[in-house]
Amino acid sequence: MSQIPLVWYCLLFIALCLYVFLDGFDLGIGILFPFAPSEESRDLMMNSIAPFWDGNETWLVLSGGGLLAAFPLAYAILMPAFYMPVILMLLGLIFRGVAFEFRFKATRSRRIWDYAFHFGSVLAAFMQGMILGTYVLGVHVVGRSYAGGPFDWISAYSLMTGMALIFGYALLGSTWLVMKTEGATQSWGRKCASYVLAYVAFFLAIVSISMPLMEPRIKQLWFTSPNIFYLLPLPLASLGLILGIWRQLCRGAETSPFFMSLGVFLLGYIGWAISFWPWLVPFAVTFRQAAAAPSSQAFLLVGTLVVLPLILVYVSYCYYVFRGKVSQGGYY
Amino acid sequence: MLGHLDPVMLSRIQFAFIIAFHILFPSFTIGLGSWLAVLQWRRLRTANSAYGDVYHMWVKIFAVTFGMGVVSGVVMSFQFGTNWALFSDRAGNILGPMLGYEVLTAFFLEASFLGVMLFGENRVGRKTYFASNIIVAAGTLLSAFWILAANSFMQTPQGFRIAKDGRLFPVDWKQIIFNPSFPYRFFHMVTAAYLTTAFAVGGVGAWYLLRGRHIKQARIMLGMAMIMAIFVAPLQLFIGDSHGRNTLKYQPEKVAAMEGLWKTQRGAPSIIFGWPDQKDEVTKYAIEIPKLSSLILTHDPEGLVRGLDEWPRGDHPPVPLVFFAFRAMVGLGSLMILTGLTALVLFFRKRLFDTRWFQRWCVLMSPAGFLAVLCGWCVTETGRQPWVVYNILRTEQAVSPVNGATVALSFCAFVLTYAVVFGAGVHFIMKLIGKGPGAREKTYGSRGLDQPVLITDPASEKD
Ligand code: HDD
Ligand code: HEM
Ligand code: HEM
Repeated sequence: MSQIPLVWYCLLFIALCLYVFLDGFDLGIGILFPFAPSEESRDLMMNSIAPFWDGNETWLVLSGGGLLAAFPLAYAILMPAFYMPVILMLLGLIFRGVAFEFRFKATRSRRIWDYAFHFGSVLAAFMQGMILGTYVLGVHVVGRSYAGGPFDWISAYSLMTGMALIFGYALLGSTWLVMKTEGATQSWGRKCASYVLAYVAFFLAIVSISMPLMEPRIKQLWFTSPNIFYLLPLPLASLGLILGIWRQLCRGAETSPFFMSLGVFLLGYIGWAISFWPWLVPFAVTFRQAAAAPSSQAFLLVGTLVVLPLILVYVSYCYYVFRGKVSQGGYY
Repeated sequence: MLGHLDPVMLSRIQFAFIIAFHILFPSFTIGLGSWLAVLQWRRLRTANSAYGDVYHMWVKIFAVTFGMGVVSGVVMSFQFGTNWALFSDRAGNILGPMLGYEVLTAFFLEASFLGVMLFGENRVGRKTYFASNIIVAAGTLLSAFWILAANSFMQTPQGFRIAKDGRLFPVDWKQIIFNPSFPYRFFHMVTAAYLTTAFAVGGVGAWYLLRGRHIKQARIMLGMAMIMAIFVAPLQLFIGDSHGRNTLKYQPEKVAAMEGLWKTQRGAPSIIFGWPDQKDEVTKYAIEIPKLSSLILTHDPEGLVRGLDEWPRGDHPPVPLVFFAFRAMVGLGSLMILTGLTALVLFFRKRLFDTRWFQRWCVLMSPAGFLAVLCGWCVTETGRQPWVVYNILRTEQAVSPVNGATVALSFCAFVLTYAVVFGAGVHFIMKLIGKGPGAREKTYGSRGLDQPVLITDPASEKD
C-alpha cells in the first residue's frame, strides 16, 4: 500500500495545526479588541499583528487547497455539508481582514472598522468552532456526496464548541499580548488571560467528557486497555499545562504563557486527531478512500517537500524582522 | 416558493459575481507590484526624491488593494467546494495540485514579504527592503501563472484520461499545465494587468496636472503610464489576435459566438455591430465588413469560418453576452492604443504634460483597464458555456448538492458585504489619491502617525 496518502494526511494535519496556532492568536486579538483599556492599546494590538495576519490566513488557504488537492472527495463532501458556516466564516474574515487597512486610514468611521474587526473575528472563530462540533457529530453521506440538510450544522453541541473556540483563541490572543507588549496593555492582557483560562479549562473538560459519551467508537478507542494507558498522558498533560499557565501568569512571566497555550491547543488537537483516525469525513470516508489519484498526490508532494521547509524558513524570518516588544515609540 | 430556486443558475451568478470582484484587485496588484519595484529601483539609483514620494503614495494604495484581493481570494478558494462540489470531485485530481502549487509557491511568498514591504522599511536594510518588493511582485506573477494554468486547462483540457465514474486522472503534467491556450492566456492577462495599472496611474497623474498639484510627481506617473500605453497597448492587440486564433483552433464555437456568426460560410463578413438574437439564430441590424472575418481568422478572404449551426442548439453559449463583451474589450483596447499614439505625438511636440484636453481624456480612461479585464473574462468564461471543463463536464453537472434557497441567501449576503466593504475600500483609495504624494498627512494610528507605530523610529520622525 502506498504511503503517500498517509504523508498527505500528516501534512494537512500540520497545516491546519499551524493555522489554528497562528490565526488563532490574531483572531484572539480581534475577539478582545473592544475591551481594551484605551485607544492606544488598540493601536498597539492591531500593530502587533498587522505584518503577520495575511501570512497566518494563508495556512487556511493551504488547508483548504491541500484538502482539494490531496483528498478531493473529502473536500467535495465537507464543503457543501458546511456550506453556511463556511460562508459565514468567510464573511467574518472579509470584515476583519479589510479592517487592518481601513482602520488606520479612517477618521470619522474608525469605530465602524473597530467593530468590523471585532465582530468579524468573533464570527470567524465561532463558525470554525461550530464546524468542528458538527464534524464531531458526523456528516450524513450517501454515495459520493453530502446528503444532509442545510441546517444540520446547528445543534446545542456545535454552539458549545463554537463558544469554546472563541475562548480558546482569546487565550492565545491575550498571552500573545503579554509577550509582545508592555505597560498597561500588557497587564490588561495578563488579566484577560487568567480570566479566559478558566473558561478554556471548563470547555476543555466538557469536550473531553462528551466526545466519548456521544460516539461509541471514540469511547471504545479511549477507554479500553491498553489504549487508556497510552492516551491518559494527553488529558493529564493538558491539565498540567493549564495549571502551569496560571502559575506563570501569576509570576509575571512574559513568553511562556503564550507557548504553553499553544501546547494546550496542540494536545487537544492531537486528541481530536486520534479520535477520528483514520476517518477524514467522520465515519463515512477514510483518508485512503478520499485520496486523489496517486500521480496527483505525488506531483504535489514533490513540490511540497521542497517548498514547505523554505516557507517555514522565510515565515520565521518575517517574524524575526518584527521581533521584540511593540510599543508606541517604536519596536525597541 | 423558495424551494424552486435553481441552484445551478444561482451558483453561476454567485461565482461570476465573486470572481468578477476578485479579478479587479489582482489586475491592479500585479501591475502595481511590478511598477513599485521599478520606482524603488529609480529611487535607489537617482537623487530625485520625487520617485520616493510617488512610491510612498502608491504603496499605501497597493496595501489597500492587496488586502481586498486577499479577502476576496480566500472566498474564491472555498467556492469550488461549497458551490461546485461535483466539479471538485471530478476534476480535483487535476485542478487541486495546480491550486496547491499556487498556495505554496505564490501566496506564502506574497503574504510574508508583504509584511516586510509595508511595515519593514526602517527595520531591514535598503537592499532587503528592495528585495522584498521584488519578491512580492514575483509572487503575484507566479500566482497568475498557476491560476491561469488551471483555468486554461478548463478551456483546452489535455494530458488526462477519464475513468469509468467520470473522474479525470492526470496522465502527463507537462501537457496539463502547458495546455494549448495557456501561454496566450497568461501573457494576455499579465499584459492586461500592466495596462490596467498604467491607465489608473496615468489618470491620477493627469488629474493632478489638471489641478496644478504635485507637478513633479504627476509627470512621473503620467509619463511612465504613457510609456506603457505606447509600447504595451499595441502588443496587447497582437497577443489578443494570436489568442483569438488559438481559440479558433480549440474552441471554434466560442469564436463563432464572439463574431455573432450563425452559419458556416466562406468569405465570412466581420460584424462591427448588431444584435445577436439567440432565439431566431440571426444577428439583426448587422453592420458588416465583407470577408473581413475570414481574412482575420484564416488569413484568406475566402477562408471557411464555422458558424454556430455546426453545433447542436443545446451546446451554444449565451451569444449576446459573448458578442458584446468582446466588442467592448477590443474597443477599449483600441482606445488604449489611440491614447498611446496621441501621447507619442504630443511627446515629440513637447506638449505631453500641458495639453489639457489630453489630460481630461486620460482621467476618463483611468477605469478602462478594469472594464476591459471584466469584459475579457466574460468572453472567455461565458463563451465556454455550457461546459465547465470544455467538452468534458457540463456546468449543470458540476454543482453542489445544496438547495437553491441556501445559495440565494449566501448570494445576497455576499452582495451586501461586498457593497459595504469594497465601497469603503474605493473610498479610502480615493482619499489617498486626494491627499497626493509627499503628503505628510498622518494616516496611521489614532494619534496621527505617518507610518504604523511599530515601525516609527526616531530617524524617520524628523523629516
Ligand atoms: C491573474 C491573476 C489571478 C486570477 C485569475 C485569480 N487570482 Fe486570486 N489572487 C491573485 C491573482 C489571481 C494575486 C495577484 O496573487 C492576489 C490578488 C491580490 C492579492 O493579494 O494576491 C490573489 C489573491 C488570492 C488569494 C489570497 C491569497 C493570500 O492569502 O495571500 C486566494 C485564496 C486566491 N487569490 C484564490 C483565487 C482563486 C481560487 C481564483 C480563481 C478561481 C483566483 N484567485 C483568480
Ligand atoms: C479571474 C477572472 C475570472 C472571471 C472574471 C471569471 C468570470 C466567470 C464568469 C462570468 C463565469 C460564469 C459564466 C456563465 O455562467 O456564463 C465563470 C464561470 C466559471 N469560472 Fe471563471 N472567471 C475568471 C477566472 C476563472 C479561473 C481562474 C477559474 C479556475 C481556475 C475559473 C473557474 C470557473 C468555474 C469553475 C466556473 C463555473 C461556474 C459557472 O459556470 O458559472 N474562472 N467565470
Ligand atoms: C486590443 C485588442 C484585444 C484583442 C484582439 C483581445 C482579444 C481577446 C480574445 C480573443 C479573448 C478571448 C480568449 C478566449 O477565447 O479564451 C480575450 C480575453 C481577455 N482579454 Fe483581451 N483582447 C484585447 C485587448 C484587451 C485589453 C486591453 C485587456 C485588458 C486590459 C484585455 C483583457 C482580457 C482578459 C482579462 C481576457 C480573459 C482572459 C483570457 O482568456 O485571456 N484584452 N481577449
